Amino acid sequence: MSDQRRWTEGPLAQMTLVRFLEFIREPEALFWVFIFPILLAAGLGIAFRNRPADVLKIAATTPQLAQSLRQEKLLDVAQLSESAAQDALRTGKVALVVGPGPSGGVVYKYDDTNPEGRGARMLADRAVQRAAGRVDPVSASDQWMREPGSRYIDFLIPGLLGMNLMGSAIWGMGFAIVDARRRKLMKRLIATPMPRHDFLLSFVLSRLFMLVIEVGVVLGFGALVFGVPVRGSLFNLALLCLLASMSFSALGLLLASRARTIEAVSGLMNSIMMPMWIVSGVFFSAQRFPDFAQPVIKALPLTAAIDGLRLNLLQGASLAQLAPQMGVLGFWLVVCFSLALKLFRWR
Amino acid sequence: MAAALEVRELRKAYKDVVAVDGVTLEVRAGECFGLLGPNGAGKTTTIEICEGLLDADSGSVEMLGMRWETDSERLRQRLGIQLQETQLSEKLTVFETVRLFRSFYKAGPSPAEAIALVQLQEKQPSRVGTLSGGQKQRLAMACALVGDPEFLFLDEPTTGLDPQARRQLWDLIEEFKRGGRTILLTTHYMDEAERLCDRVAIMDHGKIIALGTPRELIGSIGVEHVVEFSAGGATLLTVSDLKKIEGVREVTTENGNVQLQVTELHRAVPALLAELNRQGLPLTELRTHSATLEDVFVTLTGRRLRDE
Repeated sequence: MSDQRRWTEGPLAQMTLVRFLEFIREPEALFWVFIFPILLAAGLGIAFRNRPADVLKIAATTPQLAQSLRQEKLLDVAQLSESAAQDALRTGKVALVVGPGPSGGVVYKYDDTNPEGRGARMLADRAVQRAAGRVDPVSASDQWMREPGSRYIDFLIPGLLGMNLMGSAIWGMGFAIVDARRRKLMKRLIATPMPRHDFLLSFVLSRLFMLVIEVGVVLGFGALVFGVPVRGSLFNLALLCLLASMSFSALGLLLASRARTIEAVSGLMNSIMMPMWIVSGVFFSAQRFPDFAQPVIKALPLTAAIDGLRLNLLQGASLAQLAPQMGVLGFWLVVCFSLALKLFRWR
Repeated sequence: MAAALEVRELRKAYKDVVAVDGVTLEVRAGECFGLLGPNGAGKTTTIEICEGLLDADSGSVEMLGMRWETDSERLRQRLGIQLQETQLSEKLTVFETVRLFRSFYKAGPSPAEAIALVQLQEKQPSRVGTLSGGQKQRLAMACALVGDPEFLFLDEPTTGLDPQARRQLWDLIEEFKRGGRTILLTTHYMDEAERLCDRVAIMDHGKIIALGTPRELIGSIGVEHVVEFSAGGATLLTVSDLKKIEGVREVTTENGNVQLQVTELHRAVPALLAELNRQGLPLTELRTHSATLEDVFVTLTGRRLRDE
């Protein structure tokens, strides 16, 4: 009957608890946040694990050429007639056609915009020249880079972690807020003496609990099953995840600040997240996009989060080295949060 | 008695409709005041302005001697509010929901006590999603009561409930009245207003068209009772014959069923029976009811409160 209550009975603790209960009582949410990233990482990890170097398919139009080309182990050589070889090249069954040229030479036919074609041409040429007696002036040997840290799975796990941080923060904020608004629950809450900042803060706090589990699950899975390295300091990693999750939550808050229906906020969230999934380097390096787009891509929060995670996990970067990524995330946090506070619709 | 709520010249317009058009009313401490009117009359807009959830275009609201602009923090602690169509989280239990609302108030009953107030004890561990409509409405009441409010706002508390659940809720509201709380409720059920409210304001098109105790309002239309009867060959009775009967003011007939609006039941009924007896007509049916707020609304606007 008095104000002498335990802190657990206060509004912030109660609202955070309620957020948490609502979340764990939603089986679908549990699946998307915890199970799905593991399935994805497992699937992709297995698909790309210890992938043998590609054997390229090519065609030769004379038996002599076919024989000398077969000395190259990385080529799978078929001997075809001129027209059959032409067809195979056109339909992509082979990457290169090798035929006799004028005055005892060789002609390579391939698509020069196709990396496989270019690779096959180099390998084929080497085999043809060696068969004709060329001796390399410099001896060379190969060393395979397949140890932890440089495999595809090592690249992928930080990407998935970043994607998961973004997805769960934005979905978690967006749906919960718009749902509360749609059901007039938000209006009911502001009709009580509930402190409004506690309402928003409870979302942030419940995110933090979730964050520990989310990061732990994905990273633990990657480290235990695939031996993904964790080379940076755990403190820096925690700081990075925290900052990333906060700025994605702020973005989620901004996206949910006006919408009245789940449909509206879903569309908004997808249109913001989808481009980032593609350009921010979740599955392949963001460097593949043209140079003029790089400044924009680097300024996106997901790029910053993923780059930061890769620097920390794979290269053991120090806090100072992570400063640019942290700066980008901090910028998004401040801008989105202040905009959201201005725009937020309480009814 | 002191006024718990004073509303003066309230006006609120949305894009193309004037929802509240100059409403002035006063709710006295300890009374149950009803805003009665059809859907779209401006009841909810009025009550939400009083609750500090909506800003009025003009006019003033004074709650418990305070104003929303300056004392909203203190006011919120002393009000209990139940909104129309709030959907509480279905995944929480009854207890968790009430405990959450209790956490917002400085003083008040414990969550379990609040749940007992609305007689939901046995549903305490159940998820909100499993409750019936009436139980959900009682849970909403519990959430409005956890701050031990002096003033209770109930917006359409029984809309959409079955008759039994409505009666249960009425009993609860009467309990709150006995507890000395001031209540402002809106409804479009005239029987609800008649049963619960000490005073009623009838609203239509954003204006208050009548205000007083249910008895005063019914008295104001000059008709106290309605007598309905049918008798074998009652069609033989002429309207002018019936009008001659003492206290009868209006006569309508429908399918051999005759309806009389009368002022004094104790004189009109014996006179009617004597007249039937004199003409040798056997009475097959006789019903009387007192005039209701519905009849008041019909008299004032020419329309029914709601289309059945």
